[in-house]
Amino acid sequence: MAEYKPIRKVVSGNYAAAYAVKHARVQVVAAYPITPQTSIIEKIAEFIANGEADIQYVPVESEHSAMAASIGASAAGARAFTATSAQGLALMHEMLHWASGARLPVVMVDVNRAMAPPWSVWDDQTDSLSQRDTGWMQFYAENNQEVYDGVLMAFKIAETVNLPAMVIESAFILSHTYDVVEMIPQELVDEFLPPRKPLYDLADFSQPFSVGALGGPNDYYEFRYKIAKAMEDAVKVIKDVGKEFGERFGRDYSEMIEKGYVDDADFVFMGMGSLMGTVKEAVELLRKEGYKVGYAKVRWFRPFPKEELREIAESVKGIAVLDRNYSFGQEGILFNESKGVLYNTDARPIIKNYIVGLGGRDFTVPDVKAIAENMKKVIEAGKLDREVEWYHLKR
Amino acid sequence: MNTLFGEKKAQAEKLTFTSVEQYPEAPVSLGTTLSNFTGDWRTFIPVVDDNKCVKCYICWKFCPEPAIYIREDGYVGIDYDYCKGCGICANECPTNAITMEKEEK
Repeated sequence: MAEYKPIRKVVSGNYAAAYAVKHARVQVVAAYPITPQTSIIEKIAEFIANGEADIQYVPVESEHSAMAASIGASAAGARAFTATSAQGLALMHEMLHWASGARLPVVMVDVNRAMAPPWSVWDDQTDSLSQRDTGWMQFYAENNQEVYDGVLMAFKIAETVNLPAMVIESAFILSHTYDVVEMIPQELVDEFLPPRKPLYDLADFSQPFSVGALGGPNDYYEFRYKIAKAMEDAVKVIKDVGKEFGERFGRDYSEMIEKGYVDDADFVFMGMGSLMGTVKEAVELLRKEGYKVGYAKVRWFRPFPKEELREIAESVKGIAVLDRNYSFGQEGILFNESKGVLYNTDARPIIKNYIVGLGGRDFTVPDVKAIAENMKKVIEAGKLDREVEWYHLKR
Repeated sequence: MNTLFGEKKAQAEKLTFTSVEQYPEAPVSLGTTLSNFTGDWRTFIPVVDDNKCVKCYICWKFCPEPAIYIREDGYVGIDYDYCKGCGICANECPTNAITMEKEEK
């Protein structure tokens, strides 16, 4: 194995994604431009125009077609990629089921953007979480480095378990903000991510077969079970690939929930994506001020890291779930999932939901401190003041 | 009526699975078309006149099912088990060798 010397580049989150696509030797990209995803595809088009990447780019007339073309390419045995945001992702919804149902390891970057109306281009996780039940794996990146690493790992994991994967980054906070990203030399990426070996290959004419066969009530059920099983198996694959990534390139992703100061913490902040960068910074400061707080950053939302969450719950008195998303008529989506996971266990710490940052509302270190104050009171009182708190609401 | 497909159909068996392990990983080639004949949806039936056929195979390319096959003598045959009578073949045939006739059932 060649020695690993990272190539440092200052890039936006979107460019980090594009570089990862190039380094993963993706063969087909089909995409439709939508803010704030556009610059991913622009950069890929630039690579193709400069002869830096051998990618077949398929210009399409909508996101539905972008996903359809990606599925077609993937069924033909190619490594396929696309990217989208918000309304575009919603338009893909029908096809997302197709990708997972046909067991095609398409990888997509979704740049988290709030759903309209009111028209918004800013950060919000409701678009990707609305696709929760489509059978796609979901990785939430905290920073540009995780966008790059996430895309490379997503291909390896997706192609191992034969399920599609979404790598999710925050609109503008990551997508258009420049940061240092350590990139991996091509030959080392090639070692980590060998060419795809498809489960079934439509381009193999020696064994013709039909795709999307009819499955009546006598057969459909078993295929759903197989997807469920693949998603369960993905937990181990994710940890193994994350560990291998750490051993090769120094950044360990073997934990599906990244933990900090959890062991002796009274309570932890739990959340996903870029807002956890702010939380990590705040936790450092709060620790210096004597608060016994920790953080738990959920990297993979699907498959959901049940065991890791249960372990955390055993050692803390409280969990503050920060949701940059909301399921109307219920509560924050990560909160909802977490409560469900903890119901059938003995360890049930106080768990409170804070709705924060919707539609790109700033979420800052003082906000984390204010939530910590509130959470401290809740734990001292031993009962919730309210289960769901709309933190930023103008009162 | 259709010798080539007839033989193959006689050899093939419909796939049935009795345990989850037997299923393919992805829903491909389940053999459902072996029992699900779509030909009885049809009102009009394509009839090929070999005397007019010039073996261009445009009908074979255009058939969406595909229910048209190339016979051993080079002319085209139609698998009436699957032909839905859409008439695309008759429409595309440059020599009008295929005509659509009302099917007597």
